[in-house]
Amino acid sequence: MTTPGQTVGPFFHYALPYPRGAELVPPGSPGAIRLHGHVVDGNGDPVPDALLELWQADPDGRVVRAGGSLRRDGWTFTGWGRAATDAAGHYSFATLPPGPTEPGRAPFFALTVFARGLTDRLCTRAYLPGDPAALAADPLLSGLPAERRATLIATPDDRGLVFDVRLQGARETVFLSFPGRR
Amino acid sequence: MEKQAAISAEIATIEAADAGTGTAQPRLDYPPYRSTLLRHPTKDPHHADPETIERWAPCFGHQDVGELEADLTVQHAGVPIGERMVVTGRVTDGDGRPVAHQLVEIWQANASGRYLHKRDQHPAPLDPNFTGVGRCLTDADGTYRFVTVKPGPYPWRNHLNAWRPAHIHFSVFGTAFTQRLITQMYFPGDPLFALDPIYQSITDPRARERLVAAYDHDVTSPEWSTGYRWDIVLTGSHQTPLEQP
Repeated sequence: MTTPGQTVGPFFHYALPYPRGAELVPPGSPGAIRLHGHVVDGNGDPVPDALLELWQADPDGRVVRAGGSLRRDGWTFTGWGRAATDAAGHYSFATLPPGPTEPGRAPFFALTVFARGLTDRLCTRAYLPGDPAALAADPLLSGLPAERRATLIATPDDRGLVFDVRLQGARETVFLSFPGRR
Repeated sequence: MEKQAAISAEIATIEAADAGTGTAQPRLDYPPYRSTLLRHPTKDPHHADPETIERWAPCFGHQDVGELEADLTVQHAGVPIGERMVVTGRVTDGDGRPVAHQLVEIWQANASGRYLHKRDQHPAPLDPNFTGVGRCLTDADGTYRFVTVKPGPYPWRNHLNAWRPAHIHFSVFGTAFTQRLITQMYFPGDPLFALDPIYQSITDPRARERLVAAYDHDVTSPEWSTGYRWDIVLTGSHQTPLEQP
């Protein structure tokens, strides 16, 4: 029988975040982009005690098998990072854009969301906006109504991409369940 | 704030409504835990077939975790106050395969029920010899092992006279992104179980009992520490043994 999840609670900040956790590459380094956004609740208020984890392929679409995420050497791209939201509910990663893991597929960031008041983790995807044909052909996106699909597609800004996580409400983010697990 | 009796009545009503449905995971929508009200998704999760990146998990290695990080009693100049104990167990996937060489993180209150966190206002003493954070990698058999002290229960402000049962927070990675788990480990026979809306958010009694460690006298060592065993079962891995990323 599967072990159930429980909330991350309010007291994770001294335990889970760590130095340079959100910097998969050094900010400002060649090719670096920022993936950032806000986490908001059903009132549209910021969630200042959420934790996001990012897992992604490298720019060539390869799944990274390198350790070193917890103590970054500044040179190794590990494909994984962790960011807590700040008092304004804002999170930010410095990373590289993932490539398609198979030719023609729409690349995306895999995101896990934890927060006080969330009894279990949530999973979602932040798709890159750049390839309309690949997005239109994506099996997950094409199974969603247009307004819900839009919640999974990051939008460009001057330094990279914006992806907001809305836990509840009219533009609630699409969260995923996988076989055998919510 | 509501009294415990009102919260307990809500807990009982939801458990009765869910009886027999066998939900193995906590309800996201669980009003007795008040912070869920504005934070639970209202739409059903969308079923996804895991794609390549979701069928793999990040790698962690010995460059990530120091040997001493698994012993929460040696991180300061002195010895922490409290019941020294070993917590050990195996991390396996839904098919019984060990999750080998993977990261396990824990954090907890000290023996008085106080977290070393700036937002914890419980007027119980901090322990200068206890931080309450540990990390380790599982071995080839999926076994993790921590040395720590038993955490105390502590009050929170969900309702009037709300107290959390003593617990250790666990963060576990599997071999696939989809298996990611953060949960809490509890201790056998805690009288606060029935009163706690976080524990009770798992409405299937058999499922929530999966979060309770077992006292294990074979883990206890003479003249040194008590021992608890707690195994963690993740979902299936979505990988075939020959698959390459």
